[in-house]
Amino acid sequence: MVKKALNTVYAMWLREMLRFSRSKSRIIGSLSTPLFFLVILGAGFSSSFEIRGGGMFDKSFLAPGLIGMSVLFSSIMGGVSIIWDREFGFLKEILIAPVSRFFVALGKAVGGVTTAMIQGTLIMIIAWLIGVEYVSIPGVLAAIGVMFVTGIGFIGLGISLATRIESHEGFQMVMSFLTMPLVLLSGAFFPISNLPAWMSYLVYANPLTYSVEALRFCLLGSSTIPLPESVAVIVLFALVMTGLGGNLFGKMRV
Amino acid sequence: MLNAIETARITKYFDDITAVNNITLEVKAGELFGLLGPNGAGKTTLINLLSTMTAASKGSAAVWGYDVVKQASAVRRNIGVVFQDTTLDDRLTGRENLDLHGRFYGLDSKTRKSRIKEVLLLVGLYDRADAIVKTYSGGMMRRLEIARGLMHHPRVLFLDEPTLGLDPQTRRHIWEYIKTLNRKEGVTIVLTTHYMEEADNLCRRIAIIDCGKIVALNTPQILKNMLGGDVITLEVENPEDTGNLCKIYESNEIPSTISCNDKRIFITLKDGERRIPRVLALASDVRIPIQSVSLRKPTLDDVFLYHTGRAIRDEKEPGMAERVGYRLRSRRK
Ligand SMILES: Nc1ncnc2c1ncn2[C@@H]1O[C@H](COP(=O)(O)OP(=O)(O)OP(=O)(O)O)[C@@H](O)[C@H]1O
Ligand SMILES: [Mg+2]
Repeated sequence: MVKKALNTVYAMWLREMLRFSRSKSRIIGSLSTPLFFLVILGAGFSSSFEIRGGGMFDKSFLAPGLIGMSVLFSSIMGGVSIIWDREFGFLKEILIAPVSRFFVALGKAVGGVTTAMIQGTLIMIIAWLIGVEYVSIPGVLAAIGVMFVTGIGFIGLGISLATRIESHEGFQMVMSFLTMPLVLLSGAFFPISNLPAWMSYLVYANPLTYSVEALRFCLLGSSTIPLPESVAVIVLFALVMTGLGGNLFGKMRV
Repeated sequence: MLNAIETARITKYFDDITAVNNITLEVKAGELFGLLGPNGAGKTTLINLLSTMTAASKGSAAVWGYDVVKQASAVRRNIGVVFQDTTLDDRLTGRENLDLHGRFYGLDSKTRKSRIKEVLLLVGLYDRADAIVKTYSGGMMRRLEIARGLMHHPRVLFLDEPTLGLDPQTRRHIWEYIKTLNRKEGVTIVLTTHYMEEADNLCRRIAIIDCGKIVALNTPQILKNMLGGDVITLEVENPEDTGNLCKIYESNEIPSTISCNDKRIFITLKDGERRIPRVLALASDVRIPIQSVSLRKPTLDDVFLYHTGRAIRDEKEPGMAERVGYRLRSRRK
């Protein structure tokens, strides 16, 4: 029983890895956006802003935000890619197999989160190479853990959306009406300590905010939201989304 | 003997359409069974019902003794399905597609390896196993799907339009694979098609399905014989002889049915080729010159026409372009 579940998860993970390893251009493409932000925004802003209470608004400040952004993009994509599986038929091959839908969805999620973590880690390394300093090695490892939990949450969200979305057009809608606001309202690009009230509600309602804050704490040693709080929120988010995604996927018809 | 498939008044509605209407059907274990019908007849819907992909609106069905609703996962373990539209992952290689399939069905690594080789050899794709599926031709993809459907030794294999859109040569190859499978591996096969010759060539029994209903079900031979036998067409030299000759044939109890127009006489009779000499001899006895004679075996087209009142398609072999266009369209929904 357990072995069968693990087999299913592993098979789905393997498939994601095989596909990932064959899409070099996708990897490069998804790395380039955050890197442009990091280099250009970092250089442009560092001279002009100082964060109240000390610390510079520079590439070090941006790095955790951009890692969070990249994990968000690739994990939502990973979940929503079920739309493609449906469009190109492979979903039927999965749905007709005598395996638990929940573990299929979980395998898809673990596969997607692996790619998200690889991309997040690559950005973390590149940022370090161009001069961002991290506080400690355990901190860096903890950051990878944060990427994992964040990725699971957003993949669950992506899978849930995919079961409701009928088409490509719907997919475009998700990408522009969901991911951009999530990124912009997350504190990836600005400190969240001094926001107008209306905005701070939105920022604090956004799960990505807590991921970025947790990453900031792990990598740079300080954050506005205390670490236990941010970790609690992202873990809860991941659990809820896994439950929701697994459930909706279980009821999905092609 | 065990029935591989049994349905009882199974029915499926889509909004106001009745896609499958009260079908009761039995397929024996080891049988090669065909569902023949035009576009929209309900063939795919019936396969989806039997393969647990769609829930019935009314009625029930069992595959290999398991109820398709209550014991869906037991049914799934015992069936292989090749869907009408491709369900391969085209970014992976052929071998990877098969390997994943084996994992989904719980085959261990050794079994997977040996089985992959077996099925690839069976469909003649062993050399191309490590190419990305995107680079395969339509026929190769179809063969790979058939191979994949077999990987886990299903008891019942469903093939939905296995040769749709393929050229005649590839189609014949696939027929061979299907026959071999049925013979060698003893798999019960249910295939759908709207090619008459495919059903005729391949299937032991055929259900002709139209507008969601089975209108006829039997072996191709019996279905054709039910029409009363072969058709001999005679052409006489002088139209005024036609009537006389008809009377002579009738009084000699030659035909099951006879009709004539102008210079032509159509005789329907059993065992046509053996009785042509007698038909000609009777004409020469009364010195009525015959210009030409032809014998036509009834085809499933005639059977379809007889049962539904219309031809299965307006043209018998649609052009490749049209088929492909149809395939793309149906894939998008
Ligand atoms: N998901 C669906 N929603 C609504 N109507 C459907 C659906 N699937 C099938 N139908 C309808 O049910 C009828 C039977 O369709 P089905 O696909 O079973 O036909 P078919 O015999 O497989 O035809 P074809 O030879 O074109 O594949 C058609 O009228 C079709 O429009
Ligand atoms: Mg069909």
